[in-house]
Amino acid sequence: MSNSQNIQASSVKLGPLTTLLMNDKGGRRLLAVLAALAIFVPLLNLFVPESSIFHVSTYTMTLLGKYLCYALLAVSVDLIWGYCGILSLGHGAFFALGGYAMGMYLMMQIGDRGVYGNPDLPDFMVFLNWQELPWYWLGFDNFSFAMVMVLLAPGILAFVFGALAFRSRVTGVYLSIITQALTYALMLAFFRNDMGFGGNNGLTDFKDILGFDLQADTTRAGLFFFSALALMIGYLISRFIVTSKLGRVLIAIRDSETRARFLGYRVEYFKLFVFVVSAMLAGVAGALYVPQVGIINPGEFAPLLSIEMIIWVAVGGRGTLFGAVIGAILVNYAKTYFTGAFAEIWLFMLGGLFVLTTLYLPKGIIGLWQQTADKLAAKKMSKLQAGDLAEGEKA
Amino acid sequence: MSSSLSNATSKHIDNSPVLYLDGVSVSFDGFKALNNLSLTIEKGEMRAIIGPNGAGKTTMMDVITGKTRPDEGIITFNTSANKGSQSTTDYDLTQYDEADVANLGVGRKFQKPSVIESLTIFENLEMSLKGGRSIWQSLFHKLSPEQKLKLDEILVLIDMAEKADDLAGNLSHGQKQWLEIGMLLGQEPELLLIDEPAAGMTDEETMKTAELFKTLAKTHSLMVVEHDMDFIDALNCKVTVLNEGSVLAEGTLQEVKANEDVIEKYLGR
Repeated sequence: MSNSQNIQASSVKLGPLTTLLMNDKGGRRLLAVLAALAIFVPLLNLFVPESSIFHVSTYTMTLLGKYLCYALLAVSVDLIWGYCGILSLGHGAFFALGGYAMGMYLMMQIGDRGVYGNPDLPDFMVFLNWQELPWYWLGFDNFSFAMVMVLLAPGILAFVFGALAFRSRVTGVYLSIITQALTYALMLAFFRNDMGFGGNNGLTDFKDILGFDLQADTTRAGLFFFSALALMIGYLISRFIVTSKLGRVLIAIRDSETRARFLGYRVEYFKLFVFVVSAMLAGVAGALYVPQVGIINPGEFAPLLSIEMIIWVAVGGRGTLFGAVIGAILVNYAKTYFTGAFAEIWLFMLGGLFVLTTLYLPKGIIGLWQQTADKLAAKKMSKLQAGDLAEGEKA
Repeated sequence: MSSSLSNATSKHIDNSPVLYLDGVSVSFDGFKALNNLSLTIEKGEMRAIIGPNGAGKTTMMDVITGKTRPDEGIITFNTSANKGSQSTTDYDLTQYDEADVANLGVGRKFQKPSVIESLTIFENLEMSLKGGRSIWQSLFHKLSPEQKLKLDEILVLIDMAEKADDLAGNLSHGQKQWLEIGMLLGQEPELLLIDEPAAGMTDEETMKTAELFKTLAKTHSLMVVEHDMDFIDALNCKVTVLNEGSVLAEGTLQEVKANEDVIEKYLGR
């Protein structure tokens, strides 16, 4: 945020990426780490023999890939919460919708290899005695169509929901509560068998994606690579938005909605824009998540999961984007470890983590890091000055 | 305080008032906040509004700026559609919301200074600059050389050129007031509505602010709500006294101070 004038003056000759990351040390490091991960993890998995200590197991790679999807989801939450003050407690809905769009494509790829061997209908529809594919499943055998739906399904829901909520000027706690109700309602709807999304069991038993076997290491490596790539692109899109004037309008809305209105900005349009972008990013995260975990079911709509996302962002540091990435990965790593070691106390730990973060780390891990760095720098400065003084005395 | 904003060459030909309120009433749960209020502000006029608490000063600003819809009455804003154009248009402000009214050319400064605290002074002003209110324009916004000049001009005028990159949140109360006035100027409004600008200012700052307003009055129409009598005295303009939602008296400060009703209901004996 320092010296906006100088940036404006000197950005003429620089490329767009340089301009975007010039003031974003954390982001530069993050992208470098992600790029390295995207390249080396698949290489270490595929080409280093299993006996070597440098080998990355397929299990680990898939786990990391899952974390990267969560990280993209966290970025999407931070974009609206950290910058525009929209606390969505239902972002899991957009993640799950993206996941379902991908899941529907994967179901159609099974073809006649299902238990019932029906070439046209997924197993659960045969089981329900359905004779033909419902209209909303049409087209999902086409990968490009499914990918468009990965963006459109969450995007349209966010647009309709946001248009209604923001137009009526629903803000704060009330907005959070209705987002929570939204994801809960969707969960109940998707649990019903006659919705045509596999009910309780969801969509699973996937075989392959674009003709590649989902169980193969190479496919897993590819999915990992694309997860890292999607996170990098999602980060850059978000970064572009928050560093533009639109980003500053979002901050204005977060800090003082009335001021933004009286400055002549149509607050509801700005909220709607960023809400839809965020929902689409969440959808992409869901779409990459599903082939790696192999299942999507209504559980992904659970309100609790949406609250967990808020904790990731809060722990990492709200309003920094890369803090969200760090928070998502750390909390999920902890979750993997602790649900394995002490399954029954994990939820208490998660709650405790949130309380501690709110009380002692309002700016999350990133804030703590910056504080420490500032203190060290101040110490160094005073030492240098003391040294200068001492030298001065000698002379 | 010298600035090119102070050139007073653009005199309006059309002489319909910039703001015209007629018979405006607003009630909240039976309480009449505005009661058949009628008021006219001429183009280029500076007007001070005084009155006891609850007289309807803030509600009046709310109905003008589209925040509150009046129950009845006419509110007309007269402005030239294009800058420099001599033909003017009447806008019925009761039909517009806050953002529309702001973009038509009515700037508002709140009683409590409201600047965006986590943005720098420069960014606050940049955001206020006229135009570019759509999503697309904001996303791909780049400062033009004219806008940069305009920003520099405002920074000098509000005496913050040295600290343009400081966070607005770190400013003193009085400085925030000034920054907010600067943001109003960035909007290039025709009419400025200013609520208690001198609140929380030192005597020196108050007098500086009065000087600034006098400069602004050469090119804008201003409506200033204030309690500070010294400040109003320094403004040296026509004064309207509001009481119980309607106009109690109007005239110079001396005239209204001598008015029996005003003494009884506002100034106290």
